[in-house]
Amino acid sequence: MNNPLSDRKFIVMGVFILVGLIYIARLFYIQVIDESYKLDAQNQAFRYRVEFPVRGYIYDRNQKLLVFNEAAYDLMVLPKNIKGIDTAEFCGMLGITKEVFSKKMKKAMQPPNSPRKESIFEKQLSPKDYAFLQERLYRFPGFFVQSRTLRKYPQKIAAHMLGYIGEADKARTEKDPYYNEGDYIGISGVEKTYEKVLRGKKGMRIMMVDVNNRDKGSYRNGIYDTLPVPGKPLTSSLDADLQAYGELLMQNKIGSVVAIEPQTGEILALITSPSYDPNLLVGRERTKNFSRLYLDSVRVPLFNRATMASYPPGSTFKLVDALIAQQEGVLSINTRYPCARGYPPLGGHPKCHPHSSPLALSDAIGHSCNSYFSFVFKSIIDNKKYDDTYEAFTAWRDYATSFSIGKKTGSDLANELGGNVPSIKYYDKVFGKGSWKASTVISLGIGQAELLVTPLQNANIVSIIANKGWYYIPHIIKAIGNDQNDSLLRRFKEKHYTMVTDTNIYNNVIQGMSDAVQSGTAAALKIDGIDFCAKTGTAENPHGKDHSVFVAFAPKNNPKIAIAVLVENAGFGAAWAGPIASLMMEKYLKGKVKRIDLEKRMVEGNLIDKAKTVPIKKKKSETKRSR
Amino acid sequence: MRQKEAASIFHNIDWVTVLLYLVLVIIGWMNIYAAVYNEEHHVITDTTQKYGKQMIWITTSFLLAFIILIIDENFYTAFAYVIFGIFLAANIAVPYLGREVKGSRSWFRFGDFGVQPAEFMKFATNLALAKFLSNQNIKIADYKNTFITLMLIGIPLIIIKVLQDETGLAIVFTAFIFTLYREGLSVNYLLLGFLAIVLFILALLINNLYLFIIIAVLCSIAVLFVKRNRKNLFIIASVGLIACGMVKGTSTVYKHLEDHQRIRIDVLLGRGTVDLKKEGYNVNQAKIAIGSGGFLGKGYLEGTQTKYDFVPEQDTDFIFCTVGEEWGFVGSTIVIVLELLLILRIIFMAERQRSPFSRIYGYGVASVLFFHLTINVGMTIGLAPVIGIPLPFFSYGGSSLWSFTILLFIFIKLDSHRLQILR
Repeated sequence: MNNPLSDRKFIVMGVFILVGLIYIARLFYIQVIDESYKLDAQNQAFRYRVEFPVRGYIYDRNQKLLVFNEAAYDLMVLPKNIKGIDTAEFCGMLGITKEVFSKKMKKAMQPPNSPRKESIFEKQLSPKDYAFLQERLYRFPGFFVQSRTLRKYPQKIAAHMLGYIGEADKARTEKDPYYNEGDYIGISGVEKTYEKVLRGKKGMRIMMVDVNNRDKGSYRNGIYDTLPVPGKPLTSSLDADLQAYGELLMQNKIGSVVAIEPQTGEILALITSPSYDPNLLVGRERTKNFSRLYLDSVRVPLFNRATMASYPPGSTFKLVDALIAQQEGVLSINTRYPCARGYPPLGGHPKCHPHSSPLALSDAIGHSCNSYFSFVFKSIIDNKKYDDTYEAFTAWRDYATSFSIGKKTGSDLANELGGNVPSIKYYDKVFGKGSWKASTVISLGIGQAELLVTPLQNANIVSIIANKGWYYIPHIIKAIGNDQNDSLLRRFKEKHYTMVTDTNIYNNVIQGMSDAVQSGTAAALKIDGIDFCAKTGTAENPHGKDHSVFVAFAPKNNPKIAIAVLVENAGFGAAWAGPIASLMMEKYLKGKVKRIDLEKRMVEGNLIDKAKTVPIKKKKSETKRSR
Repeated sequence: MRQKEAASIFHNIDWVTVLLYLVLVIIGWMNIYAAVYNEEHHVITDTTQKYGKQMIWITTSFLLAFIILIIDENFYTAFAYVIFGIFLAANIAVPYLGREVKGSRSWFRFGDFGVQPAEFMKFATNLALAKFLSNQNIKIADYKNTFITLMLIGIPLIIIKVLQDETGLAIVFTAFIFTLYREGLSVNYLLLGFLAIVLFILALLINNLYLFIIIAVLCSIAVLFVKRNRKNLFIIASVGLIACGMVKGTSTVYKHLEDHQRIRIDVLLGRGTVDLKKEGYNVNQAKIAIGSGGFLGKGYLEGTQTKYDFVPEQDTDFIFCTVGEEWGFVGSTIVIVLELLLILRIIFMAERQRSPFSRIYGYGVASVLFFHLTINVGMTIGLAPVIGIPLPFFSYGGSSLWSFTILLFIFIKLDSHRLQILR
């Protein structure tokens, strides 16, 4: 046996072992070191299926449902899986023509879609169509139904405040990776402001597919799946009944109503007119409806006047000037100024209406005397305390802006604008440095000229007076997921004080507002059994008939509601804005309205067709919403 | 007396080999179950599924093994040529008598089941080779005998390739080169073969002109370092010329290959652009499946790439992908080590035979198993061209499992009588 050939066994064994070692080394490389194969495997065999969470419902302050979800069904297509279907029958089922079918198929095949990617074939089928289709779809491989939720608004109110949702576009998905193109996202109103709370969190299911893209169930029984976290429900501070009533009163008028609960800063009603049924911006007709609303340049129904329209505050602002002047010590309740159907020093400008003269503060408020408040404003600016007009004006401006005007209130309403309180810089530019004084800008005393406030700010001013010097930032959401102390709401729990701090000063003004109701400009608007304080106003409108303005709070003691009403091109405050405010306060405080005739007159009043409004220029941010 | 004989069937049997065989067969069966797992038929013995059928193949294999052990060991030596002849005839006949299924002409069909005679040609050839080379008057170095030996291997190879068009099954016969080497075939043949393979690859990868220059330079260097007598110069010159001829011949051979074979070689060597959706698909998918297994694997029945059909032929030629994906690096290594242990054990056993017949036969078994292992695993990890041959004891299929069982158990039977007289 000691054959020399016997040694060859070592060579043979050596070769065998060497090959084995090379193979094991190679396996170590592709299995342990090189990670790319793992990724390839996941890309091939896993499909990551997004599970959409339920969007949060929205309730009013009395737990009345404002927004809920309704299931809708999208017909999806995966072109790659379509095999031998009867196109004619399919088109018949959907009620579309063959041309439409091939157009849709083409769309599904081309970027950003692809034959290997699921895309929407037909959006938002009705439940009836869905039921019909579902039974027959098995004969059309490549087509399937995916459920989604649509927003529904049972009350059909508060469209602007609630806002609407739409599909996220490319710009959005690039900015925020949470969204994929086509995901729903809040675009305006509360839907936008509280998007992150309402949307919840998407879940992810890892599904396995075979080489033919057939569903093979969830990966490892779903241990790596994440469940969607439902969106939190919101409790609005809105009173749905009051809102609906206000919208009824404001129908066929252009304008806005804002009602606030002074003690909390909670918004009770936020009305913009003309409005629209929020259900119009949902579902398959959405695009059509949106264009129709968007293109209505006379009524501009998509424009949220309550937070975005700026009007001269008019007489309301006389209250603020009265407060500032008292705080500065240049005005007391006994100060009297003459009126000659206008402001005498400037030859009767600004003009005033006939009333007895001279008046003291309370009566001046009650009669809304223009001359009186021109004198008051002049006394503030010409205050000897200050070295010059600039210093005094700066002080006045600081006081004024402490009433949360000239800048956004910081509310949780989307698309809020800040109005305007003119600055020294502005007047220097207009009149030249040092070339202007109190009489040059005397209209500021009566809330005209460059002074602009939004209806929301106007209501907040009334709220401040009702509270005698402080306010909470107005807000529309009072609880998130039943939690009133959610961190998002913390800023609404912080009291803000104005620079007018003495409550007696407020009492003097409140007395004047009370007089306005008892015997002044608002005498016709008394509510049985409720003492309230009010101020009428007429905002000059360079484009047409003056705007009717009315602010009030009620009851006089321990106020529950502060309200600001503005009706465009409606003349005196007491004509339209006053009755609407009065009726709404009655409705809110007493639950029902006794003054049926007044109510009827307001509801039936149609000012819109008479109005010759110049279309209000919309902010860019608002105009770009169309999809 | 009869009882004693029955007991002696298992007398002196190499249980290590039998155990390795059993372990491999059982692991193979489990992996087939995982590879083609069907939830609706999840019972492993369900014979409508491939894993159920494999169970039939396994039990019948055990039966075959038992029969082989019962038969007298002298039967194999005595009838070696007869067996060779019978199976050769079967292989010649099958293209004409067998039913063509899916373009393959290498199957005899009996109802649902098919038998592939080419699989059985392996042990038959091995028997004939052992019989011929164990003749005491035979010296393999003799040209005439070398020729006859090459005929014994070459005829089945050519028949299976040409008549049945089964490249994979045919190419296996080249594995006997290891047997021949052990029995005294000149190393020169092996070196020449090795040179041919290296040059074939190089010729496809490098510009032929450069290759000629390199050969010339190497020959010149060789001349500088050896004794410059006539013989050495002749050898160097002829090797250089043969090498150049091989390089030149490569392009000719390459041109005459079938398209799919040329593509497989291109894929292996990474020549040109490989479309992973077409010609590169199989190998790429195999690598993805194995690579995604990681160190410990995804776990039994948790594989996605094989179970969900991304890997083609995942139960037969690409069964190793299931091992790699579900058992990871650890499992793959264990399987390779087990197969290698069996092969090395067979060589160890072959070397302890007194009878040359048994030794030669043993080497044949080891060579065939090694060839299958190398090609089958190599193609799934991109180290060998895609040649459709099964992984011994693992891949699904009756013919291959039967054939490997017969191949192995004849040797176990021969080995159990190693202490008896010389054959």
